[in-house]
Amino acid sequence: MKRFSQLIQELELSNKTNDKIGALVSYFSEADERDKPFVIAMFTGKRPKRPVTTTLVKQWAIELSGIPEWLFTESYHSVGDLSETIALVLPPSQEDIEKPLHQWIAELAELNVKSDEEKKAYILQSWNSLATRERFIFNKLISGNFRIGVSNKMLVNAIAKQSQQDANKIMHSIMGKWQPNEITYEELTSGAHVNTDNSWPYPFCLAYALDTEAENLGEVKAWQAEWKWDGIRGQIVKRNGELFIWSRGEELVTDQFPELHFLKDELPDGVVLDGEILAVRDGNVLSFSTLQQRLNRKTINKSQLEDAPIGFFAYDVLEYQAKDIRTTILAERRKILEQLITQLATNGVVVLSPVIAFRTWAELADIREKARELNSEGIMLKQMNSIFHAGRKRGDWWKWKINPYTVDTVMIYAQKGSGRRANFYTDYTFAVRDGDKLITIAKAYSGLTDKEIKEVNSFVNKNAIEKFGPVRTVKPELVFEIAFEGIAESKRHKAGLALRFPRIARWRKDKKVDEINTLDDLRALIPVVE
Amino acid sequence: MALIAFTNKGIYCKQGDFYIDPWRPVDKAVITHGHADHAKWGNKSYLCHTLTKPILETRYGLYDNVQTLAYNEQIDINGVKLSLFPAGHVIGSAQIRLEYKGEIAVVSGDYKTEFDGISTAFEAVKCHTFVSESTFGLPIYTWQPQQTIFDNMDSWIADNHAKNKTSVLVAYSLGKAQRLIKNLNVNCEIFVHQTIANLNEAFANVGVDLPTTTKITAEIKKDELQKGVVIVPPALSDSKWVKSLISPAIGICSGWMAVRAGRRWRSADAGFALSDHADWPGLLEAIKATEAEKVMVTHGSTAVFSRYLNEIGIYAEEVKTQYGDEEAEEKVEEKQL
Repeated sequence: MKRFSQLIQELELSNKTNDKIGALVSYFSEADERDKPFVIAMFTGKRPKRPVTTTLVKQWAIELSGIPEWLFTESYHSVGDLSETIALVLPPSQEDIEKPLHQWIAELAELNVKSDEEKKAYILQSWNSLATRERFIFNKLISGNFRIGVSNKMLVNAIAKQSQQDANKIMHSIMGKWQPNEITYEELTSGAHVNTDNSWPYPFCLAYALDTEAENLGEVKAWQAEWKWDGIRGQIVKRNGELFIWSRGEELVTDQFPELHFLKDELPDGVVLDGEILAVRDGNVLSFSTLQQRLNRKTINKSQLEDAPIGFFAYDVLEYQAKDIRTTILAERRKILEQLITQLATNGVVVLSPVIAFRTWAELADIREKARELNSEGIMLKQMNSIFHAGRKRGDWWKWKINPYTVDTVMIYAQKGSGRRANFYTDYTFAVRDGDKLITIAKAYSGLTDKEIKEVNSFVNKNAIEKFGPVRTVKPELVFEIAFEGIAESKRHKAGLALRFPRIARWRKDKKVDEINTLDDLRALIPVVE
Repeated sequence: MALIAFTNKGIYCKQGDFYIDPWRPVDKAVITHGHADHAKWGNKSYLCHTLTKPILETRYGLYDNVQTLAYNEQIDINGVKLSLFPAGHVIGSAQIRLEYKGEIAVVSGDYKTEFDGISTAFEAVKCHTFVSESTFGLPIYTWQPQQTIFDNMDSWIADNHAKNKTSVLVAYSLGKAQRLIKNLNVNCEIFVHQTIANLNEAFANVGVDLPTTTKITAEIKKDELQKGVVIVPPALSDSKWVKSLISPAIGICSGWMAVRAGRRWRSADAGFALSDHADWPGLLEAIKATEAEKVMVTHGSTAVFSRYLNEIGIYAEEVKTQYGDEEAEEKVEEKQL
């Protein structure tokens, strides 16, 4: 496990993509063959069944370290990671045992059928035989949740480089269905298993934000304009009688959206659609907050189905007649898509995302201003002759979003961050004025530079008024401009409204707390029709 | 009546009419150690350990109004017996022991219990009231022995040399820098930033024995630096100058490096959890050894640490101070290089 531990250390210490890829490449060149598929599985979120609950592991760690539970909790707030907290609070280990990674994983898998006493004996013995760093890795293996700043794309690029294979192929391969104990690294990189798998999606083609005037894109005829919808980007895969719905987060979400299951009968085999999963009623797109009621639920009840009906706005077709058509130009793909959608017997659920007709860029700019009325975030521009790229690529596709709303607020709570920012107050809660009171409207944690965070951190340390666990109430003094994408009424929030995707636009050092916006200013922004 | 009180100017001893580590200007200041959050400029008179004086001279140009004491030497101020005991934090750092009519209070400033090879080793002092820092007052902080950390540092430097990288160690100019200079075991030149060189010189003048180092100047070639070791204060760790070195590898030396988040936050190439503060076992051991009836917990994990002390039967109170921002001293202009 020491080689794996070294990899984790290298990945953590650098924030440069090339260094990380370099670390991964050398790992995949040097590591134990049997370890490699497990590492790929872990980094892509393929989790084995958890052999022991978090509660038990935590309880045993507290017991062994001899500290009270509240102190463990405080330590956790400071570290920001449970596995690491446990590794740090345990008494120093008595031995230093080296076993390969796959052996640890196999031993943990065997625990599943053991009694709690046997589990405890094994875990305590393991803790006592591992140094702090390896203990941390061991705890991560128990939880199976190994987020270490390696995106699928980065992993794929590293494996592609190491195995000298095409990156798209590797992406297909690792996103498909496979078991790390049944496949070799060699088989995985050559994609031996994916042909028999009906579910695999394609990598999404992503766009950069338009960073120039639209006029500079040239001839309007060369471009297709569509609304940029604010939902869940999804891929619908229909192969050999089976239907799969993938989200952009590369998760299978088929069961969450029963409204789309009719496609299993109506869509021909060998078809993959790209589009947006949205809350839709009578053909109109509803707000993202409505869609949110349907996300990440294990079960869906009748009222949820009625309150937030789901639809799919189709953007593109990636596979047709069981052939990958991503290199066919957009204009041709769009024709196929139109034909596929019009052939569906069920109407109004899966629809074509409309193409916006425009003659000049100025005209399109005017149309774009209406985006919010349609619950859209702006416009997507796609080159008519573009292929469907894997991942983000400049030039062929652009997102041309409407400017966000902004509001001046004052910071009233601060909380320490987690992960990289665990020792600093980085998560802030902001308020606007409501009469003579301050009322919280958003929580945000991004948008400041490291230097600014340090400055705010030092302010919080000196101006904390009260503490509630990890949260500090601070003197309302620092004014921040918050940008957000949308606003909707909300019963769950004290202010009676919720902001969509709030983030810090800038620190308004030039403004005083009496210059911030009011709740009425915000209410005026809520669209009249939902 | 209590011997010390926490006021808006600092820790005040009414009976002796003086302040300890005041954060606002006062007439008579007793200073635990030379870090800027404890030793502020602007007081009328200063009393500190003999080895803290050169620091005040170098940093603030204070010469005439500084009175000094050796460790274990006792003086009387308005009937209060005052003496200094080693705190083991940095060179010259002292715990201040006050005694008045049989009542004893000790203000420890910052301290560490492990001997670092250069600051006089920490000595526990029995007292009724003990003022303790709590910078690393959480059970997640247990330091490795200093030798282990320096062994790692030495091999990191050797590895950098082999890869033609420049080793840049980031350390506070007062304390950590001298600790590195004393304990690194490398066969190459050690280059130090001017702020560190100035302090080293001041220490050399009063007889503190440090291995030879070279002050960084514009004349020194980058490949010479690559073959040596470079020590800079924290303010320069992200500087253009450091980036201009030959493949710089940055190693940060700080207790915060014990936690992954601390290491990643600073975007360093290596983090060495080398601290001049006591770790969790160190704090507990030190406090127990004082046999104090009352512990006043200042800067750091004050709430958590005082709660824990109370739970294990040591009466403790949390006190608000303005200590704990050692970095404030390190505002170094890059052009100074």
